[in-house]
Amino acid sequence: MMLPMMMVVWRLTPTDGSRLMVQIVFVVAAVMAVVGALGVIGSRNPVHAALFLLQTLFGVALLFLLQEAHFLAAVQFIVYAGAIAILFLFVIMLLGVDKTEDLEVEPIAHQRFLAPVLGVALASMLFSVFLVSSDILGGSPQFDSERTLDSGITDIERLGRVLFSDHAFAVEITAALLTIAVVGAVALTRSNKSKVKMTSDE
Amino acid sequence: MSELSASWYLAVSAALFAIGFTGLLVRRNPLIMFMCIELMLNAVNVAFVAFGAGLNDVGGQVAVFFVLVVAATEVVIGLALVVALSRFKTGATADDVSLLKG
Repeated sequence: MMLPMMMVVWRLTPTDGSRLMVQIVFVVAAVMAVVGALGVIGSRNPVHAALFLLQTLFGVALLFLLQEAHFLAAVQFIVYAGAIAILFLFVIMLLGVDKTEDLEVEPIAHQRFLAPVLGVALASMLFSVFLVSSDILGGSPQFDSERTLDSGITDIERLGRVLFSDHAFAVEITAALLTIAVVGAVALTRSNKSKVKMTSDE
Repeated sequence: MSELSASWYLAVSAALFAIGFTGLLVRRNPLIMFMCIELMLNAVNVAFVAFGAGLNDVGGQVAVFFVLVVAATEVVIGLALVVALSRFKTGATADDVSLLKG
């Protein structure tokens, strides 16, 4: 189901502006994302929640495609759907699916009652902020032509040029962050038993 | 650029963020709380791309790239914490993270 829809988006957005088709795909993607998000917080079984998360990630990838961020859509599929969601499922299966959830404990008083209220308040606040801020948008002329989105080069080439010129230091810091994360994950999950065994073998 | 104006994407982003926030407060399972954090990060990504498209600048997409990297490391560390937690106690909730102290 996903693939033909993606191909439709791919074919339509760059050239012919058939608005209706884009609007239909947008509505489908938005509904996918929001329904998946509601499923994540609504389902008792963690496996179902992970699959709903996958649905949301696909919806977000479609939204990226609609905005012609092709590289990010691909990365969204590969990294989020292919690695992160599978990692979630892997850990759920490793620990066993426990559907029991201790709902009596409330770290913040009346948390469970307040959460939907705060959520609705946050949503309306974000809606109004975004509506106000999107008024100032609208194609202000860029002096650096390499950064504009309609400069004619492909999306991935533009992103790569900016990443490795303007943000080269940040990319290097990213490498350090990934290394630290790997070392940290190994250090956290290593059990003491194997350490004892290793030292006794020597 | 895009066929739709940026406000539509921003509306979806706001909805996703609020849902993730609500879920983070309502649910007690640490795995599902992590999923809710992922939802919020994805909402921010949608907003970044929408603003970038609206301003005709690639900066929004660059920001999403870094958010993706940080989200990946966050999930790795978070799930490692959950696995380490489950050694101490079966059926762990988010409050049991204090068991890992020291």
